[in-house]
Amino acid sequence: MSKTILKVSDISKQYRLGLVGTGSLIHDLNRFWHRIRGKEDPYLKIGSVNDRTAMADGHYVWALQNINFEVQEGEVLGIIGKNGAGKSTLLKLLSRVTSPTTGVIKSRGRIASLLEVGTGFHPELTGRENIYLNGAILGMTKAEISSKISEIISFSGCELYIDTPVKRYSSGMTVRLAFAVAAHLEPDILVIDEVLAVGDAEFQKKAIGKMQDISKEDGRTVLFVSHNMAAVKSLCTRAIVLENGEIKFSGDTDEAVSYYLTNSRHQAGNYKADDPELNLDILQVNSVSILPDNGKSDALIFQDSEIRFEVVFDKKTNDHIGLNFRIKDQNETILFSHGSLNKIDNKDVRGIQKYSMIIPKNIFNEGDFMVDFGCVVNKKFYFLKENYISFSVHRKATEIGGYFGKSKGGLKLDLTWEH
Amino acid sequence: MQLSEDKWLFQISAKRKLIELNFREIWRYRDLLMLFVKRDIVTVYKQTVLGPLWFFIQPLFTSVIFTLVFNNIASIETGIIPAFLFNLSGITAWNYFKVCLTGTASTFRTNKGIFGKVYFPRFIVPFSKVISNLVKFGIQLLILTGFYIYYVGFKGADLTINSYLLLVPVYIILMAVYGLGMGMIISTLTTKYRDLAILLTFATQLLMYVSAVPYPISEFQMKQPQYSWVVDYNPLAQIIEGFRYAIFHTENLQFDWTGLMYTGLLGVILFLIGLILFNRTEKSFIDTV
Repeated sequence: MSKTILKVSDISKQYRLGLVGTGSLIHDLNRFWHRIRGKEDPYLKIGSVNDRTAMADGHYVWALQNINFEVQEGEVLGIIGKNGAGKSTLLKLLSRVTSPTTGVIKSRGRIASLLEVGTGFHPELTGRENIYLNGAILGMTKAEISSKISEIISFSGCELYIDTPVKRYSSGMTVRLAFAVAAHLEPDILVIDEVLAVGDAEFQKKAIGKMQDISKEDGRTVLFVSHNMAAVKSLCTRAIVLENGEIKFSGDTDEAVSYYLTNSRHQAGNYKADDPELNLDILQVNSVSILPDNGKSDALIFQDSEIRFEVVFDKKTNDHIGLNFRIKDQNETILFSHGSLNKIDNKDVRGIQKYSMIIPKNIFNEGDFMVDFGCVVNKKFYFLKENYISFSVHRKATEIGGYFGKSKGGLKLDLTWEH
Repeated sequence: MQLSEDKWLFQISAKRKLIELNFREIWRYRDLLMLFVKRDIVTVYKQTVLGPLWFFIQPLFTSVIFTLVFNNIASIETGIIPAFLFNLSGITAWNYFKVCLTGTASTFRTNKGIFGKVYFPRFIVPFSKVISNLVKFGIQLLILTGFYIYYVGFKGADLTINSYLLLVPVYIILMAVYGLGMGMIISTLTTKYRDLAILLTFATQLLMYVSAVPYPISEFQMKQPQYSWVVDYNPLAQIIEGFRYAIFHTENLQFDWTGLMYTGLLGVILFLIGLILFNRTEKSFIDTV
């Protein structure tokens, strides 16, 4: 049996909401007064669960609550969860950037993180000087860096500029240099957070290869945090699923990934109801939602799901009106727009209506999309709400475990080839 | 498999020890310390025309103005020490204390980006400031020496050097200790409540005037005897005066060993308080800064 290298017991982290001002001073004084009388912190008992879709009811929130897990030596543990599930907070605690509100983390080895690369680069120093500075910040000694410097420089692909100040570098070069330094760290436990989104395709391939080397061949203990289920599946031996600051699942990677995909709730944004701004003279919009074909409002949308845009509204005019959607990618480039004007004739129709626009499967690439929502009357926009609603498309469940690079572009069509 | 508790390399928890200056850890990060020092020195005057000459310009100009205002207009007596030399020595010493103080005091705010992502012993940052400023101070001390030689050799100033000169390093360490101690206290208090940071910039300015920089303590005692406690019990005034005494050794300057002991003891207490607060803050300041 291998030995436990990292043990996390009963970790919780509380954050204060709102601004720091006289209110927080009063809380601090009260806390201090309780402490000198030997009593418990009065604010530890309160605090709401970190659910970002709901309005907080107190001044405190628990970013993490009662986290327990152990990591064995040589294990690659995946940590998965939605934005705001507490992943980054957990990593911050592990990398000793901040301390937990309660609980203990015990470690038998040095922890280093690839949390966000490029920390501590000084723009006035040259690339070479920055390699030394950054390496030292990450915990390497000068001798260690010197022995690896040529390797680091060639990995970064910045040979030509290595004696030029970093402020003259392009952003891509800076990131590549930073990743090169971090990738050559040799800690006992390595924490990796979403570095896959770095650099161009060629460099990404290099980076992924390096990470596979680190975790598989060197037998290093790795904590790997990612949204990329394919990467998690191919790298990790075990995974935990975080949701609203609590561990919801812990165990086998495949089971964890499928648990995450089926049980995670949607990010807020694919459903809007009772918007007072859309309570208008000629129509009142009750709800707008984007659903996968199975109709379950809390299920995920995959590349091979049909997508249903559903609008429920009260039509208060006899005029012919059309609903219009514009689908945009993350750069706000309009991919296409489509309206109901020529599809549904609603002249002289009044009352509650439910219209659905259905997008066939295999249209979108994985990613996040924004949607403008508008209404057309007499060939003019009666209103147009930009970025009104959003949705995310996930990679086909069947494809998980394959190559985990992402193909380019907002659309991913299932086309046929002839030969 | 049961493993004993002490085999853990480190623990992270909410509980904190009162004083926790882990020398082994700081030693392990010594390369980082030296790289920070190098960065501070090399980068300050990059892309300037005069470059390191700026190290000289600031104390020289300030001394000229001080001489003009305090000695020529306000006629403060500096005894047999030439007024310009008197001012240059005080300003050089005060500047070192000041940069140590302000450098340390802003530790958490100016480094929050890097502190928010990576762990290393936080004390490295103020410590590196003290060392890099020591290098600048050393350069400025050279100018002071140059002017000393000029005044003694060419202007016939009646100054002699004696064994008290050996106290100069002691006073330099004291300045660093006070700068670090006060700076750490301020840095921790400003992570959550920014009020002190605003106060600091003009407070150091005012502090200079009550710390015997533009005058010898005896002048203050003679002209304002009812307020002389301001300088008598002010450890910073004691340091500046003592530093001058070690260099010039003249009769209008005061020095006694009890004063030095008092200053040293107070400095150690201040430093320890600063360290306690600093340790408490470094663990979770990133949540409040």
